[in-house]
Amino acid sequence: MAMAHGGTVQRMDELAALESPAHRLDARAKAVVTFAFLVAVMSFPRHEVVALAPYVLYPVALLSLGGIPARWILKKLLVAAPFALFIGLFNPLLDRQPVALPGGLFVAAGWLSFASILARFALTVSAALALVACTGMDRLCAGLERLGLPRAFAVQLLFLHRYLFVISDEARRMRYGLALRTADGRAPSLRVYGSLLGHLLLRSMDRAQRIYGAMLARGFDGEIRILGTARWTARDALFTTGWLAFFAAARFWNLPEFAGRLLTGELR
Amino acid sequence: MSHHIVEARDVHYTYPGGHEALRGVSFRITHGEAVAVVGPNGAGKSTLLQHLNGTLLPARGEVRIGDDPVTRDTAPRIRRAVGMVFQDPDDQLFMPTVLEDVAFGPLNHGLAPEAAAERARAALERVGMSHAADQPPYRLSAGEKRAVSIAGVLALSPDVLVMDEPSSNLDPRGRRRLMELLKSFEHTKIIATHDLELVVEVCSRVILLDGGLVKAEGPVVQVLNDEPLMLAHGLERPHSLRHRHPH
Repeated sequence: MAMAHGGTVQRMDELAALESPAHRLDARAKAVVTFAFLVAVMSFPRHEVVALAPYVLYPVALLSLGGIPARWILKKLLVAAPFALFIGLFNPLLDRQPVALPGGLFVAAGWLSFASILARFALTVSAALALVACTGMDRLCAGLERLGLPRAFAVQLLFLHRYLFVISDEARRMRYGLALRTADGRAPSLRVYGSLLGHLLLRSMDRAQRIYGAMLARGFDGEIRILGTARWTARDALFTTGWLAFFAAARFWNLPEFAGRLLTGELR
Repeated sequence: MSHHIVEARDVHYTYPGGHEALRGVSFRITHGEAVAVVGPNGAGKSTLLQHLNGTLLPARGEVRIGDDPVTRDTAPRIRRAVGMVFQDPDDQLFMPTVLEDVAFGPLNHGLAPEAAAERARAALERVGMSHAADQPPYRLSAGEKRAVSIAGVLALSPDVLVMDEPSSNLDPRGRRRLMELLKSFEHTKIIATHDLELVVEVCSRVILLDGGLVKAEGPVVQVLNDEPLMLAHGLERPHSLRHRHPH
């Protein structure tokens, strides 16, 4: 897990350094739209599944526009999936009220809310990952700060990203050291793990201190400054208004149902 | 305003744990000098270097850069004049790409993005790393990382370069390149190192530190050639001096 994490942060930085239409968009535009996306997806009633479908468009569009490999996102989703699974696991057992499905089938309402939780999880996590992968933490934090997020929060977010890498790096070295000194693949005792964790914390703190020292040595004063000058262009405005309008439409009208009626000719 | 003179006056420092790292260090380094700080592990070299840009502040005594004493208030200004190259380049390279990393300092010092990128490119050119500008730093070799971290400091146009173990972890070719690079700088240089051959090639003066005190100070050849002194402080007389015959 720790190893995978180190790779994740590095890979995220690599993806963020790509050149694409999605990367060229202003960080503020992407942040605002993604935030609206999260709010819209979370605001649906808890049994809603079908109406969520149109929202797949946004992460898919961002990913394909940004040239981010879908496999990468899917892998991250799988890693995080158990959390969502456990949150929704008991819904089908606790909420047994029958609900009619199209085609005359009946299921417990809990299954619907369970499916809804999973759908929302997949949508929100992939949108957030797509946002960071197409923007980069530095540009994103600088953008958030310009949007009015208090500087302390923006800097915290930036450091969280940086130090995640530091901790995973230390963890990788310690795991290697442990593996070399562990006989015949036997799992070390809990006591050893406790000591390892303690060391990991201390070493990460030391290293974090040195990195912070290096930042201060080069004039860091709490303001995030980046090379790429972000300029709000017509494209950013179009991107923002277009998606906001789409999210609103998909929130107030059940677009899949609408499309279904259109196809079956019920609408006339 | 000249920041080229570095002076320590009776500097004391004790770590929070109670370890007395510096116990009255004094020296004066003038414009353009290249001075090596040598001594065994735990002599206080790194602690001393951290006092030169205000990362640590002396418990007693003072450090002066040019006319300014290093204090909490002057530290931001001092850091413009004193460029610090850290022992582990990984601690210093934290931006997503090499160019952004080198531009980090100039941006913080208020340069416009275009001007900062310009400075960063010039600094990369100076250390021969222009080709890596768009790469992520962790993809580089140890020697390249070192060169980039030096570029990151050069981009600030400091008067004084302070380096902690610049040749550690480098292969012979990387080390050779580093030495040529260091020799080409006109900055005042202060280098803490165990690499005594590097000292012989790059520096003109040596400060020998042990137990938080200056044990010897003088021209490179004179100090490093003193075999009993060197052995007494966990060092050795460099080979190149052994075989050098005075005219």
